[in-house]
Amino acid sequence: MLTGIAGTLESNDAMITVTPADKLTIEVKSVVDAFYHDQIVKVIKDTLFDSKIANISVMCQDKGALDYTIRARLLTAISRMEEQNG
Amino acid sequence: MVRSMLFIPGNNPAMLQNADVFGADAVIIDLEDAVSIQEKDAARILVKAYLESIDHPPMKIYIRINGLDTTDYEKDLQSVVTDQIDGIVLPKAKVCDVERLLTLLYKIESETHMQKIIGIIPIVESAKSVLEIEKLAALSRIQGMLLGAEDLSADMELMRTITGTEIEYPRARMAFACKAYKIDAIDTPFTDTSDNLGLIADCQKAQNLGLNAKAAIHPNQLETIHDVFSPSLQRIEWAKRVLKAAKKADDQGLGVFSLDGKMIDKPIIERATKIMESAKRYRLLPVENA
Repeated sequence: MLTGIAGTLESNDAMITVTPADKLTIEVKSVVDAFYHDQIVKVIKDTLFDSKIANISVMCQDKGALDYTIRARLLTAISRMEEQNG
Repeated sequence: MVRSMLFIPGNNPAMLQNADVFGADAVIIDLEDAVSIQEKDAARILVKAYLESIDHPPMKIYIRINGLDTTDYEKDLQSVVTDQIDGIVLPKAKVCDVERLLTLLYKIESETHMQKIIGIIPIVESAKSVLEIEKLAALSRIQGMLLGAEDLSADMELMRTITGTEIEYPRARMAFACKAYKIDAIDTPFTDTSDNLGLIADCQKAQNLGLNAKAAIHPNQLETIHDVFSPSLQRIEWAKRVLKAAKKADDQGLGVFSLDGKMIDKPIIERATKIMESAKRYRLLPVENA
C-alpha cells in the first residue's frame, strides 16, 4: 500500500503518515491534545487545501510541534507518497 | 560583522524553533552534513516552512546548502533563497563554484522579484581553496569566509591537533584577505563541546591571527566565543579615554599627543574608534554611550 511518512517522535516534532483514501480522515495523537487538537487539525486541513488534496488519510503523532513543523512534515509525507506512486 | 555563527541542523525542529533565543550573532541552518541523504527532502521543506514563519529575527540567517558537486544544491536554493535569509554558506568552495552560485542566485532573485541581495560565505576547506583565498574574498557578494579545518586537514592528510599548528597558515591568510576586503573572517568550529578551556585557547589563537568570529556547533560555546571576540571592558575604557583625549587635542590643534606617557596618533585613534564601534554593535556600552 502507498504510504508517506515524515518526521520523528522527538520533542517539538511530529510524525505524519499519509495514505491514499476515498475520503478525508484525520487522526491526531498529541502530547498537547487537550489544548491544541483543533489547531493541529486546522493546520492539516489548511495544508491539504493549499495542496489541493481532498481525499487522504492523515495520521499525526505530535510531540509538541509548532504549526510550521506540522505543515512541513505533512508536505514531506505527501511528497514521499506521491514519489512512490511514480 | 559578527562574532559567532551557530550551526543548526536543518531537520531539527527543536533547534530551529529556538534559533532566535540562543544569542548567536548569526545562525547557519545546515542542509549539508547535519542532514542524512534520506532526510534532505524533509529538511528542505522544514527550513522553508521555518523561514516563512519568522519575522525580523534578532540574528542573521545563513543556509549551508549541499555542495555544487551533488544533486541537492539546486533544490536547496529553490527552497531557501528568500528575503528571510542573509546569505548562502557554500561548502568546499572554489572560485569557479562561487561564480556558478552567483549565476544561480541572480536567476532566482530575478524570477522571484526578491528585495534582498543574498550574500555568500564560502567555506575554505580544501588546499585549492586556501590558494584561492584572495580571489574568493574579492568576488561579488562575499560577506565573509569560513575556515573548515576538518575537511581541510583531511585534504592535506594532516591530523587535527589541540594546538592548531596545522591550520595557522590558512587562518592567517584568511585573516589578511578578509581584513583587506572588509568581510568577516570566521574561524572553524571547536569540535569538543565539553572542553571550554580548549575552546577559549582556540578562540584566542584565531583572534591573535586576526580572525573576528568563530563558528559554533553547540549553543553552550557562544558565551565563550562572544567573550573572546568582543572588546574587553578594559579595552573599551581605554578607547573611551583615547577618544576623549583626541577630541581635546583636536580642539587645541594638536595632531599628536600623549596619554599615560604613550604617544597617541592617527592609527591609535582609529583603533580606539573601531573598538567603540564593536562595543556599540554588540551592545557592550552603558545606555548613555550606546
